[in-house]
Amino acid sequence: MADVTITVDGKKITAPAGTLLIEVCKTAGIEIPAFCYYPGLSLQAACRMCVVRQEKVPKLQTACTTQIAEGQVFFTDTPEVVQARKATLQLLLGNHPLDCPVCDAGGECELQDMTFKYGAADSFYAEPKNHREEQKWSPVVYFDRPRCILCYRCVRVCGEGMDVFALAVENRGSSSIIVPNVPAQLAPDNLAQLDCEQCGMCIDICPVGALTSGTYRYKTRPWEMNHVATVCTHCGDGCKTTLGVRSTSDGSQIVRGDNRDKSGINGDFLCNKGRYAFDFANNSERITQPLVRQPNGELKPVSWEEALTYVGTKFAELLNTHGGRSFGVIGGNRLTNEEAYLLQKFARSVLHTNNIDHHRTADYAAFAQSLAGTAGRGASLRDTLIAKAVLLVGGDPTNQNPATAWNLRSNVRHNGARLYIANITEIKLRRQARAFLHVAEYGYGALAEYLAGDDSTSSSVTPDSAALASFRDALRSEESLLILIGNELRGAELKRLIDFGLTIPGAKFALLADYANSRGAADMGLLPDLLPGYTHIGPIDTADPASRIALEYHSPTSPGLDLLEIFDAATVGNLSALYVAGANPVARYDVDPATLKNTFIVVQDMFLTETAVLADVVLPAANLYEKSGCVSNSYGDLQQVKKAADRAGVRSDFEMIVRIADKMGADVRKLVPFGPGSNSEGISADMGQTRGAESGEADRHAVWLTANNLEPRLSPFDPSAMLDEIQRLVPGYKLLRLQLLSGNDQHLSPAAVPIRDDAGLVQISNRRDLVLPANDTLFTSGSLTRYSASLNDLQQNQLRQPIIQIDNKTVVD
Amino acid sequence: MPRLVSHPDEVIVLKRRFGQGAAKIDRYIALDGYAAAQKAIAQGKDAMPGWIIDTMKASGLRGRGGAGFPTGMKWSFVPKTSAKPKYVLVNGDESEPGTCKDHMLFREDPHAVIEGTIIAGLAIGAKTGFIYLRGEYRTLLNIMEHAVADAYARGFLGKNIFGSGLGFDIITQTGAGAYEVGEESALMESLEGKRGVPRIRPPFPAVVGLYGGPTIINNAETIANVPHILLMGGEAYCQLGSERNGGTRLFSISGHVERPGVYELPMGYPLRKAIYEVAGGILGGKELKAVVPGGASCPVLRADEIDIGLDFDQLAKCGSMLGSGGIVVLDETVSIVEFALRTIKFYQHESCGWCIPCREGTDWIKKTLTRVYEGGGAKKDIETVQYVAENMMGRTFCPFGDAAAMPTLGFVKKFRKEFEDYIEGKKAGTPLMTEEHILVGAGH
Amino acid sequence: MSTVTKSIFTPELAAYFDRLVTVYPLKRSALIPMLLYSQDEVGYVSEAVIQEIAKRLDLFDLDVRSVLSYYSMLRTKPAGKYNVQVCTNISCMLRGGYEILDHCKRRLGIEHKQTTADGMFSLEEVECIGDCCSAPAMQVNYEFHDELTPQKVDEILDEYAAEDRK
Ligand SMILES: Cc1cc2nc3c(=O)[nH]c(=O)nc-3n(C[C@H](O)[C@H](O)[C@H](O)COP(=O)(O)O)c2cc1C
Ligand code: SF4
Ligand code: FES
Repeated sequence: MADVTITVDGKKITAPAGTLLIEVCKTAGIEIPAFCYYPGLSLQAACRMCVVRQEKVPKLQTACTTQIAEGQVFFTDTPEVVQARKATLQLLLGNHPLDCPVCDAGGECELQDMTFKYGAADSFYAEPKNHREEQKWSPVVYFDRPRCILCYRCVRVCGEGMDVFALAVENRGSSSIIVPNVPAQLAPDNLAQLDCEQCGMCIDICPVGALTSGTYRYKTRPWEMNHVATVCTHCGDGCKTTLGVRSTSDGSQIVRGDNRDKSGINGDFLCNKGRYAFDFANNSERITQPLVRQPNGELKPVSWEEALTYVGTKFAELLNTHGGRSFGVIGGNRLTNEEAYLLQKFARSVLHTNNIDHHRTADYAAFAQSLAGTAGRGASLRDTLIAKAVLLVGGDPTNQNPATAWNLRSNVRHNGARLYIANITEIKLRRQARAFLHVAEYGYGALAEYLAGDDSTSSSVTPDSAALASFRDALRSEESLLILIGNELRGAELKRLIDFGLTIPGAKFALLADYANSRGAADMGLLPDLLPGYTHIGPIDTADPASRIALEYHSPTSPGLDLLEIFDAATVGNLSALYVAGANPVARYDVDPATLKNTFIVVQDMFLTETAVLADVVLPAANLYEKSGCVSNSYGDLQQVKKAADRAGVRSDFEMIVRIADKMGADVRKLVPFGPGSNSEGISADMGQTRGAESGEADRHAVWLTANNLEPRLSPFDPSAMLDEIQRLVPGYKLLRLQLLSGNDQHLSPAAVPIRDDAGLVQISNRRDLVLPANDTLFTSGSLTRYSASLNDLQQNQLRQPIIQIDNKTVVD
Repeated sequence: MPRLVSHPDEVIVLKRRFGQGAAKIDRYIALDGYAAAQKAIAQGKDAMPGWIIDTMKASGLRGRGGAGFPTGMKWSFVPKTSAKPKYVLVNGDESEPGTCKDHMLFREDPHAVIEGTIIAGLAIGAKTGFIYLRGEYRTLLNIMEHAVADAYARGFLGKNIFGSGLGFDIITQTGAGAYEVGEESALMESLEGKRGVPRIRPPFPAVVGLYGGPTIINNAETIANVPHILLMGGEAYCQLGSERNGGTRLFSISGHVERPGVYELPMGYPLRKAIYEVAGGILGGKELKAVVPGGASCPVLRADEIDIGLDFDQLAKCGSMLGSGGIVVLDETVSIVEFALRTIKFYQHESCGWCIPCREGTDWIKKTLTRVYEGGGAKKDIETVQYVAENMMGRTFCPFGDAAAMPTLGFVKKFRKEFEDYIEGKKAGTPLMTEEHILVGAGH
Repeated sequence: MSTVTKSIFTPELAAYFDRLVTVYPLKRSALIPMLLYSQDEVGYVSEAVIQEIAKRLDLFDLDVRSVLSYYSMLRTKPAGKYNVQVCTNISCMLRGGYEILDHCKRRLGIEHKQTTADGMFSLEEVECIGDCCSAPAMQVNYEFHDELTPQKVDEILDEYAAEDRK
């Protein structure tokens, strides 16, 4: 809309006509208080806090519903306006408990802030307040009715935002109350409860302490925590989560996860995992001492020095005796990019092997190769919020990529985006879809063929050929299309779909995966046949820039063993050593433990997983919330991970890899280019000893440097040194350091270097499909699930629900 | 069943068919029924809407639901063309305490409401009309449903009304007990099957109303006037009333009068005469103490303020309102403190709860007045009540807040002394309630 | 459209509902009438009523609960066969509404929102029912009774009791 100029408190402001006055004022730095107004949710005008005086209008107007027009004149701070707000607060406080010191929201309460501002704390009512008992609606959602100010934010965010509609208002007048969808009389224990996705958005959005989090309430006060913004470890969307951290006797403990300043890639959103499932870190089963298997078969705690020396010596010995081909290295999806990169570099340049892989949760190699030679085709998560048309093939974002689902819903609601969905099951997002195509089982390949123009596959996609035809017509008529692809599509099928998409001029693509850094693990080259940035492995050609990495690494020039081949090699006695960092392949790929009995196994993990129990050495690892670095979400949005918590005894995977390399006698400076002038020779590695510190020290030092906008590269445990190299060598990782350091996400789209037709190179069509999605739901997160009390509670809670309502209703407006 | 009353001073337009069995369609037709609709149709398709609206404008008819908005003007706001269907919505929610005039209309002349609805539809190009009665009027709904069925049977409703080639349908239903649903936007919500919470305005119903289509909402009495106006002519109707207040209106006179009832009086008729002559004076020859002139939400008038004409402007000038025409007469025995408490108890019970000032304000006024009533009051409580009411005025989401605050302010301002005396133990009047009535019962 | 195969309502009411949902531009509009008619038949809005109506209208049960709890005529607990609703709002109060209420309490031996032991009568104090000019007034199952005196109330209640015996 055209710009108009209005006057607010004597100040001229120009903004598009029709913009809400409250937003115009916010942008202009004029603060208008509001409880019920929340950007992006439907308007209420219920709290009456945002009243302002408009010239020539008899009554005070609500800024939250006033759309601006040329020449309007407003006053937002007159005695009349201030008095109106004060009176409204006084009325509210009449029934509101004034026990802020013990309220969970104390210090973070909008009512408290406003009362402070308008000085309305004096209560002139002599009547007692209405008291009601607090209610537990789910393991994570508690409701304290007297604190509720009926702003309806929770009701709206649950319905409009989440499409769950588990909250509503009952009764009327001063008896009005927010209620959950399972009334007491239907609940097993006669207590009302919530049957929902447990996202906690209602808690997040509650301006007061009426809705509180079961995992956080009464644990601490907001000002007693350190608030560290980092990236959630649980799914491929990579939401920003702010962890509230408190010191404890053995480090520091995370007590809260939330979406504090809403400044992340996830905007307003955070799901239950980002909010509550940080607690695996505090699990008592956590390993905090290195364990080495004794002759009697037992794993015994030893010192770090002893464990590392043992691993280093043993690796060096096996390398000497059996060669790099007898090594297998498996990395994880929750490692940082720096760690994943370092791990493969260690494998390739120190162990001299390409036998490296990871638990693949989506076929990023085929994805990158399908997009080879294109530019700007990779979608960012942010595109899901603005794309005019979206095609979703496969996947179930509601369960697996909740932020993606949230964005798609918001996009449909706010911008009328056209969402097309093809899926073999009736996923919940179909409720927002303009067209939903029910695809037959195993029908995605046929669908891709059909979309690409092969009508003969129609019947393999669906019996409803008319629906299919109109689905394709609708897609073809779109000028730009955001194509989101579930991990079900791989290899040739995936390529086929992308080929179709590439015929639409403005099409962009994203492949949805499971964990915080599934994408990064692949991008960083935790693959036997591809170097970082999907650079192919082949004969070295010094003239070809694609050979740069291999040249620097001096790595083998033929592809290594993939994950299953590594275990095959073990079965036939050809695997002398297996090095696993942050993965549980034994459970995931159902490996027979017997096959590994003659292999020297080193596992870095937080817990004694099925893989770790087989190890000769188990090294206690820090998790993603305990280290720094960066990760790439499913979309290729790169974000900084910040160290939030500390756990005495554990070390980051990064440090462990470097120390093992050191103990093996490798040149650590070659592995991690650190220190001033790190390209020059001669400066010896500072392994932390000179400062007499343990590993954490180096990290803390790095934090200090980061805070001062310096780039620390002073120790070999410094991930930013590795990032230098990633930036320098990995195609597509042209990131802006300043952006990263200031906490912004950056979209990277590493498309593979086009493959030459040289014989011997693995092509998409005959590459082995090793993708094994975690198929996580809202309440699972791979192996971590069982170590997270909150996820377990939520699963239990879900099981005992008498009725599950959230899926099958259409909501009539 | 409320009794039919009459008085020589009445000017009969709307009540013409009362007591004559007009609920039967043949009887209604015999008494000029459905002639107005046909007269409108006879104007020809193109001229008809303009003719109806001009006639309505000329009639000076102002809405009988409470706010007194000129009806012809309201109808003219509806856009000529609209992508979404247009609707007529008849407000028969009549819940303002002291008002029972629509009740009489639905019972005595249901077809007049139907015919008026048809004409309103013709005026704005709507194909569907809704007649929404309050839930307590189930027996009246039955009468209305019969009448609608009869009108369909005669071809007055349906695909081709009066053979004009135009279609019009009427759907009748009731609410389920909620005063706030009488507010026009809450009424639409209720009709759409939702909680009776009002809507944000703008957009106004004439532009975005029921199911998102342009909608005119009128009180049942307003609508029942329409056929009469078309038949007698706008000017002729207008002449019956006072300046800028066309025609006659139904006044429900209740409380302490000898002959309570629904009387049709010309707009501007003197209030004193309405009480002392039309309604037969104060019950049992007692003294008049106060009058609530237009339903419970209108500020009270003291006995010395009743020399005033009953129209929108004259009552507004003296700080009250004509409202829905429900005149409640209080004799000397009434305790204003008690009456004020009963009034706010109603509003506290009926507030929809959407916005803070109304939800909390009605509750605190009720609580404070209850304590005063029970003898635990202090002078400061009068201040508190006044402060809260003043801070509700004009601050709430819908006019309900004003409707609750205005009478409260009226009582404490005009009878402040009585409140003060009461607090000091000098209680005026004969109590009608007991403490038990305050603590249990409606609103709990 | 949702189909309800096993209705808890009488065939007549179920058929009426089948039609009612088609009458309005949006079927949700049928909600409040459906709640009222269900209450008339079942005696109150039971959990089963909520669930069937929600199904018929494609609503969440919670939606139905939220709406139903707004309206004061809808109840989620059974009432007596004859629900006596006495108005005590201003016009009725001035003409003895509270006396009528008290008389009913004594006569029936029950309080506000209670039901007689035999399930015959329940009593409720209500806000204005739109019969102000014939105050004091009351309703018994939608039927108006006005210009009440204690004596008249007795006659009316006797009549209902007698009707029941028939
Ligand atoms: C709280 C409240 C209750 C109302 N109740 C009624 C009512 O019961 N009947 C009615 O016709 N109008 C009622 N109104 C007025 C309506 O909002 C609306 O102004 C009226 O129906 C318009 O019709 P009219 O122009 O014919 O008067 C009420 C208004 C408010 C604010
Ligand atoms: S003023 Fe507010 S709470 Fe009162 S009825 Fe209107 S919207 Fe509801
Ligand atoms: S923010 Fe405007 S009324 Fe609440």
